[in-house]
Amino acid sequence: MSIEARNVSKRFGDFVALDDVSVSIPTGRLTALLGPSGGGKSTLLRIIAGLETADSGSVHIAGDDATSLPPQRRNVGFVFQHYAAFKHLSVARNVAFGLEIRKTSKEETAERVNELLDLVHLRQFADRLPSQLSGGQRQRMALARALAVQPRVLLLDEPFGALDAKVRKELRDWLRRLHDEIPVTTVFVTHDQEEALEVADDIVVINEGRVEQIGSPSALYDQPANEFVMGFLGPATRLGSELVRPHDIHIVSDLPPEEGFYPGVVARAARVGYEVRVDVILDDSLQSSPVHVTMSRAEAHPLKLDVGSRVWLRKPAGATALPLGVDAANAPHPGAGPIAHYTI
Amino acid sequence: MPTMTSTPPNTPPAPNNHASQRSQRQTQRRIRRAARATGRPLTRSSSVGLGIAMIWFSALALLPLSAIVLTTVENGWEKFWGTITAPQTLAALTLTTSTALLVTAFNVVMGTAIAWVLVRDKFFGKRLLEVVIDIPFALPTIVAGLVLLSLYGPGSPLGVNIANTRIAVGLAFLFVTLPFVVRTVQPVLADLDKDVEEAAASLGASRATIFRRIILPSLAPAMTAGAALSFARGISEYGALVLLSGNLPMNTEVGSVRILSYLENGDNAAAAAVATMLLMVSLAVIVALDLVQRRVARRG
Repeated sequence: MSIEARNVSKRFGDFVALDDVSVSIPTGRLTALLGPSGGGKSTLLRIIAGLETADSGSVHIAGDDATSLPPQRRNVGFVFQHYAAFKHLSVARNVAFGLEIRKTSKEETAERVNELLDLVHLRQFADRLPSQLSGGQRQRMALARALAVQPRVLLLDEPFGALDAKVRKELRDWLRRLHDEIPVTTVFVTHDQEEALEVADDIVVINEGRVEQIGSPSALYDQPANEFVMGFLGPATRLGSELVRPHDIHIVSDLPPEEGFYPGVVARAARVGYEVRVDVILDDSLQSSPVHVTMSRAEAHPLKLDVGSRVWLRKPAGATALPLGVDAANAPHPGAGPIAHYTI
Repeated sequence: MPTMTSTPPNTPPAPNNHASQRSQRQTQRRIRRAARATGRPLTRSSSVGLGIAMIWFSALALLPLSAIVLTTVENGWEKFWGTITAPQTLAALTLTTSTALLVTAFNVVMGTAIAWVLVRDKFFGKRLLEVVIDIPFALPTIVAGLVLLSLYGPGSPLGVNIANTRIAVGLAFLFVTLPFVVRTVQPVLADLDKDVEEAAASLGASRATIFRRIILPSLAPAMTAGAALSFARGISEYGALVLLSGNLPMNTEVGSVRILSYLENGDNAAAAAVATMLLMVSLAVIVALDLVQRRVARRG
């Protein structure tokens, strides 16, 4: 394990940022700390980097106890949301900074800086000042600067959070490719579940200072441990006594011969791009909130769904579903053994 | 396109036609220079703004300053040189300049330290200190002089008597110039990103290195501005030191006191000469500070 955080707690005044969190980050993987804003994920990252000290608990990096080490001696690369560029230094000198601190020879520094600038495609901007770069370029510079000192682990705090949607997507793909090229253990913080699902090898879901679940993107999506994880990783809607994904719901417009269908009436049908979103009010008086159903246009067309149409809904066998009322407290401990399957 | 161009823009010049080539190059350079100087034509509102600013600036600063320099020029080089090289005046100018430089250097260090404490630390009485810093701005300097005299003069309650010494001059300068560097550095320091320092720390930089290579370059312009103000204020100080320093010729007499005594003797030309010299010294120091600042800000 590259990073071991054990029983880490941190308070800011009355606010509990982290409550007895334990996480193991495997070597050479790209791990996402995913959760809503203020959930404690950035605090955990900053504690790993030594920029914040934990009230209790320990941090081990590559097997060494780093709990009381200052950030200077942890040998971690850190990338900030707002780039943290050294504004008065050129791009090349920003990247060279860590090497100069380590008294690397001039030739070696120059060589290494050039290598890194090639890696992040900024070679032609070497002599520019950070203010002359775009946001995406600045973040790539920050990444090169962090990688220059050959850190044991690379930590990124919402690295794409300040960028616009298109650049964010490009940079996200690029980070994935970069990690495949240089497999340094990487942890990045994000509140964007799509980003985490797309880029990460593993995801740690953190909410209200606690770890909700740890697993691969598909495990988390298909077998969420609780309502929070289910709702945070993708859309979820209530159907009877279960929480299901809207795109899993099977909808028919003729009275089905089998059992297990919930009858209802279409309250709203809207087309959004390639998909059709339908809200259905169930006849079952137990559920007052509408059931959200999404399907492709091709699926929706033959059903002739209009407001007021009578439909029948069913959760198909094998679909992700979570009985309502299961929360983190009675869910199996995250990361400990196989996650219970709530599929029926 | 100005009429200077002798070849149409798209026609390549004949190989031997050097004159035409040169003139074209000159024209291009001139256009570029003009574009840089003016940017784009002023809008109506910015013309009015610029006009008001210039009139205001002229009436308050440019005219009086030119009048002083003009008086000096009218009386000729001989008079100017004779006045400022007179032993008593030269001694006063040297004392004023060297003390102001020393005090400015001290202020840059102390002012930055005070600003640092005010921005980065939390302590009891911080708000009070914030207010106290500005008092030298608010106090009439002659009152400051009186306070200094009663505290550090003969019969000092602290048992420190520095009356009639050069230390008194330095002390008076320090008192009136204290707020400048603090007030210029403080807002810049408050705006600095903590991220940047954290980034440097995680790259292995010690606190001292972070200060020298990351913080100092960002503060340099503010420190310079404060230093320039502090120097200019010091070199022209009169009220705060006139009581405590004793104005002993060749010893504790400063430039402004010299100017006053020339005026009292009706020698306006000599007074203007000393004033012009003080202006020139200030200008030289401000330019020098700016050059230093540019170096520091780019170095890191």
